[in-house]
Amino acid sequence: MDIYSVSNAAYIVAALLFILSLAGLSRHESAKSGLTYGIVGMAVALVATVLLVIDQNSDYGSGATIPLMLIAVVVGAGIGLWRAKIVEMTGMPELIAALHSFVGLAAVLIGVNGHLEGSHEPLASLINIHEAEVSIGIFIGAVTFTGSIVANLKLSGKMKSDPLMLPGKNVINVGSLAVFAILTVVYVSGHEGDTLQDVVLVALTVLALALGWHLVASIGGGDMPVVVSMLNSYSGWAAAASGFLLGNDLLIVTGALVGSSGAYLSYIMCKAMNRSFISVIAGGFGIAPPSGDAVDYGEHREIQAEAAADLLASASSVVITPGYGMAVAQAQYPVAELTAKLRAKGVEVRFGIHPVAGRLPGHMNVLLAEAKVPYDIVLEMDEINDDFPSTDVVLVIGANDTVNPAALDEPNSPIAGMPVLEVWNARDVIVFKRSMAPGYAGVQNPLFFKENSQMLFGDAKDKVEEIVRNLS
Amino acid sequence: MRIGIPRESKAGETLVAATSATATQLQKLGYDVVVQTGAGVSASQPDTAFTDAGITVGSAEDVWNSEIVVKVNAPTSEEIARLRPGAVIISLMAPGRSPELVEQLVSANVIALAMDAVPRISRAQSMDVLSSMANVAGYRAVVESAHAFGRQFTGQVTAAGKVPPAKVFVVGAGVAGLAALGAAGSMGAIVRSFDVRPEVAEQVESMGATFVTVDMESEVSSDGYAKEMTEAQVAATAVMYDAEAREADIVITTALIPGRPAPKLITAETIAAMKTGSVIVDMAAANGGNTELTVTDEVVVTENGVTIIGYTDLAGRLAAQTSQLYGTNIVNLLKLMTPEKDGELFLDLDDVIVRGITVARGGESMWPPPPVHVSAAPKVEAAAPAPAKEAKPPLTAAAKSGLVLAAIAAFGLVNALAPTDELRRHFTVLMLSIVIGYYVIGKVAHALHTPLMSVTNAISGVVVVGALLQINTEDTTILVLSTVAILLASINIFGGFAVTRRMLSMFSKGA
Repeated sequence: MDIYSVSNAAYIVAALLFILSLAGLSRHESAKSGLTYGIVGMAVALVATVLLVIDQNSDYGSGATIPLMLIAVVVGAGIGLWRAKIVEMTGMPELIAALHSFVGLAAVLIGVNGHLEGSHEPLASLINIHEAEVSIGIFIGAVTFTGSIVANLKLSGKMKSDPLMLPGKNVINVGSLAVFAILTVVYVSGHEGDTLQDVVLVALTVLALALGWHLVASIGGGDMPVVVSMLNSYSGWAAAASGFLLGNDLLIVTGALVGSSGAYLSYIMCKAMNRSFISVIAGGFGIAPPSGDAVDYGEHREIQAEAAADLLASASSVVITPGYGMAVAQAQYPVAELTAKLRAKGVEVRFGIHPVAGRLPGHMNVLLAEAKVPYDIVLEMDEINDDFPSTDVVLVIGANDTVNPAALDEPNSPIAGMPVLEVWNARDVIVFKRSMAPGYAGVQNPLFFKENSQMLFGDAKDKVEEIVRNLS
Repeated sequence: MRIGIPRESKAGETLVAATSATATQLQKLGYDVVVQTGAGVSASQPDTAFTDAGITVGSAEDVWNSEIVVKVNAPTSEEIARLRPGAVIISLMAPGRSPELVEQLVSANVIALAMDAVPRISRAQSMDVLSSMANVAGYRAVVESAHAFGRQFTGQVTAAGKVPPAKVFVVGAGVAGLAALGAAGSMGAIVRSFDVRPEVAEQVESMGATFVTVDMESEVSSDGYAKEMTEAQVAATAVMYDAEAREADIVITTALIPGRPAPKLITAETIAAMKTGSVIVDMAAANGGNTELTVTDEVVVTENGVTIIGYTDLAGRLAAQTSQLYGTNIVNLLKLMTPEKDGELFLDLDDVIVRGITVARGGESMWPPPPVHVSAAPKVEAAAPAPAKEAKPPLTAAAKSGLVLAAIAAFGLVNALAPTDELRRHFTVLMLSIVIGYYVIGKVAHALHTPLMSVTNAISGVVVVGALLQINTEDTTILVLSTVAILLASINIFGGFAVTRRMLSMFSKGA
């Protein structure tokens, strides 16, 4: 039993713990223990590797290695814990995108190191495999890196969230992949240590960085849940590619777990929008000619906070359907207060969450949890859609496209076929909105003009607070 | 402005247009309110109730001198004469059926607002007096019938024998009908109901009653309106009324046709065949009644012992309740008409509700108002019907399994081509992990997707292991690069786990 077999055993243990960790996250009850498994797994992997490094240091390391390594870990840990502590729950999407970019960059650096180190393999075919692994690892890592940076900038509002519309953008994307394949072949067929190889690798990296940037820049803000989970998936594949490069099974297992989890989430998001993954990546959702504008839906009705409070107080069941607007207005706290007050009066209050509400899968759940809304009254779209006919009042807070009846009624609508929360079946619907402007998809919402819906204009946070005051 | 609440002059009227509670709300809108002495006595609102709430109680003179007078019944000629020119009078008026009243109001140069002309749109529901009164009346109809009925409604098995439940048949499932069948049902009766509009069946059943259907070939209406019934349908319906009434202990009729006398649905023969002790409450008595034997405002008992109640003041018999609801309808209307809450009435004729109820203004007749579009449904013809998007046919099961098999074959091929066993082993690990990942993630609750992402984020920081394995080197570039990689990956690991912990501690289950 030497240090190698111990570290390899530790990797298997860590991989198992990671699987248990993800399994634990499937339910609220076991989520915390799942997190613990993950932390323990990571600690095992880290300690084993650090010990291995220290052990090998005397053979072929430099004196600076160990201090540098420890400093890097400590500084990284410090930054990570600090960011995690101060992040606002509404800022979760940005943070997660930023974290993706770190994994991507780390994978790029590992790939570059792999190139600099060389393969030390005796056979030409094995050298070629090593080189292919380097190139693929750098490519995925670089796409993840710039893609995540753009996603972060868009989500934090530092960059316009409108899709970038370069002419022939699909040609750019597919062309980049083709050029990548050619560069890889050139790189692999070159000889180790050639300047040509260095140049090709730099070109390949720049190409991947540009592709990542372009890919995400051409996707609009409302598609961000898909993009973030897609980047999550990429960061996993980047880790897996590093695993192949280094022959490390732990990296492959973890990368594959993360990669398939991100892919699955993207799939769920796409299904919730009734669009294929390709069409999300190809973008163009927000700029489809809005065909519904010519239709005159009649007039909308307005309601004031006071009347809304009366309506709520006399209701016996209330459903709240929040959207990204609630996050923007930071209205989750007054909404939670409203919920608590209504529940104290014996009103049944529940939440209906559309899968793509917000800018991150599960974003609304986190915001509501932050405001101490009990999770067992926060339901998914499929769980609550049948209950709307027996609901007295629905509050639509900052949601638009996810409650649009046009998705079901108008076959020519850009959002036709997308499953939506069928709020209009309730007795009364109160829509919180800043103005009558259409939502992200640029589609007018006939819900606003239905007989049983009333608009409450203004800042969602102020208005909900006003209702709470009037409820007393 | 001052609002005057007079005592109703109609003989036997029990209602009052404001209670102490609604008068207080009127004050909150900025109005001064003066109530005539004794106005609310029959509605359990003695003068002291008003004075205790800080409302002025004054003489008839004070009341009729106010800028706004709110009452229940239409004003009589003498009352109109007492109004100041330009004053506002709000009451029930039935302007469509009383042209003389409209004329008098016009010539008196007052602003007249008819509470019973509120358009039937959603926004106006809170002011719809007719609905609130019909609701109370329906309830009271059941109470009257129970009072006249010699038995109890609920079925019981007692030591003294079995008590059968009463059978109640409600004709017409409008507001009054629904209120009646709800009340009868909650008293324990077996309730059946019929309405010529089959679409209300759902509402009837939602109240726990049975909807009676008539066996006939109903024509499918093409324009959305019920066709006039054919002779065969009329006959079939008459048979149904006869059978249901004979079977029932209590019959409550609410059938009204706007602008026409009430239809005679229960014939004298049917009543003669009903059980002794049965009760009929005819809520259409004011318009002539739904039975052939109804006497308006009277209770008659037939030779075979069937009681027929023809009261027209059922809502007034619950005076406190109806006054409260009427008063609230008034408050809601004045809320709409007092946008600044400064006690100044603003007559906005662009508002369909205000326009709808305005009968007279400035010496001009405003009746009838332009028709209100009740439905907000799109009226615009659809533009040239663009070809509907072609739905992609979903993959068949065979195609799906074909794809899966192809993927597995491709994987096998890659493995066969892989030059070393080590690579094959890595591929195996990769594939197994993907499959495990797919199944594990597929079970994750939607609400936990964000924590899931931050955890996967943290564990993808495991690339730190890769960087660590590269740091043992004498090449400075590699050393620096791997140090940076370690730093980045560490941010991920610690940040990801910490933020997940923060999120999970927020999720809490309700009590």
